[in-house]
Amino acid sequence: MEEIGIVSYGAHIPRYRIKAEVIAKVWGKDGDAISRGLGIFEKSVPSVDQDTATIAVEAIRHALKRCTLDPSQIGAIYVGSESHPYAVKPTGTIVGEAIGATPDLMVADYEFACKAGTAAIQTCLAFVKAGMIKYGVAIGADTSQAAPGDALEYSASAGGAGFIIGKTNVIATINHTLSYTTDTPDFWRRAEMKYPSHGGRFTGEPAYFKHIMNCANNLMTTACTKPQDYTYAIFHQPNGKFPVNVAKKLGFTMDQVKQGLMVPYIGNTYSGASMIGLASVLDVAKPGDRIFMTSYGSGAGSDGFDMTVTENIKRLAREKAPSVAELVADKEYVDYGVYSKMTNLLFLE
Amino acid sequence: MKEGVARFWREIPQRYNFMGNKCEVCSRMFFPPRESCPICRRKSIGKMKDLKFSGKGEVITYSIIHVGPSGFEEQTPYPIAIIRLEEGPQITAQIVDCPLDEIKIGMKVESTFRKIQQDGRTGAIYYGYKFKKQR
Repeated sequence: MEEIGIVSYGAHIPRYRIKAEVIAKVWGKDGDAISRGLGIFEKSVPSVDQDTATIAVEAIRHALKRCTLDPSQIGAIYVGSESHPYAVKPTGTIVGEAIGATPDLMVADYEFACKAGTAAIQTCLAFVKAGMIKYGVAIGADTSQAAPGDALEYSASAGGAGFIIGKTNVIATINHTLSYTTDTPDFWRRAEMKYPSHGGRFTGEPAYFKHIMNCANNLMTTACTKPQDYTYAIFHQPNGKFPVNVAKKLGFTMDQVKQGLMVPYIGNTYSGASMIGLASVLDVAKPGDRIFMTSYGSGAGSDGFDMTVTENIKRLAREKAPSVAELVADKEYVDYGVYSKMTNLLFLE
Repeated sequence: MKEGVARFWREIPQRYNFMGNKCEVCSRMFFPPRESCPICRRKSIGKMKDLKFSGKGEVITYSIIHVGPSGFEEQTPYPIAIIRLEEGPQITAQIVDCPLDEIKIGMKVESTFRKIQQDGRTGAIYYGYKFKKQR
């Protein structure tokens, strides 16, 4: 069987952090109770000179540092985000130019709430499988927005990960992928609005849990697998509780989930969330490890992936770029005033 | 600050990817790239070869900006450094992701991709290199 899958990977997380208790204090809330309730202790904050394009570039440059791929061999770049810097002008062209992949390539930006990046993986996989390109780049990155005082303010953060998809020197074969999609208005942002709106508790059972459960179960049926067959499992992580609960419901254990669970210390990086989790798993994965990943994007849908790590991972120069653990550990705390400036809560021109 | 998109667009290879050039007569390297070598002059015409710089270097000196120009007010106080690139040329650039008291002359730095400026809320966004401490 021809192996198609991940050839290299990289992540990027801005180094500034704000603690949930600092945000809670501003709004007169109990920070400890909120951290316990959400399973989030702190979140990443982009500096004023970082946006989805800069995060996407840094992430995929890390992927390129780890392998010997000539960027001119890349035939497609898809960037998934809900915070593209421009409403009209692609992030992907900036990425393509910044990694030296232009001009002979296909580029488009994707938007599907928090699963636009995994949708980009599926597109690249299909193009490689069809023989239309040798390598494709799929990126999920966000500098997510939350209205001051909203429950989302404790989680909406910044970060991203990028994956090179191909069929040469594949480090993790993508055995199966499928999606589960319905029209479910659990979370949205109307055109020209700065902050998103959401359906509160409606974002749980009929949205996150329904789509992930159905996608995950359909994937295991298609792949003829069960939770015990997997070394690692990654789920979309809007907070620290949902991915742990959905894992338990599906029959996965914390041992399978913890390596890919980054949200307690960086928050919800939206399109980057499950992809940074996958990057963290690939940081430690060994040949033969089987990886299960199910993303979730509001609106709503889930993309499921069944992957197997190959012997090639031993030859990937993983040490040439920072691991997710290193990115999480490299941090500097800011107070709410600086956070307001960095995320433009002050609406400065 | 208003800056023409055409001018920025012309400089994308330098700003995004450190594209400089090298005189094949005397082997001197230039960043930003030059049409001809100022030493070899006419002998270098047609012999200037594109060269991608590593984006790594060393802080030669620096200053902390407390009163920034238009478009940079939100970033103050921030360091501006003269950096000697591994290939030889010296450039001026911002240092980011580094507490001010940790910046030292001689510090090894590497480039990082950042927003440099934008033409207000409606204009183009200009990206390029800044520097951070080497990993």
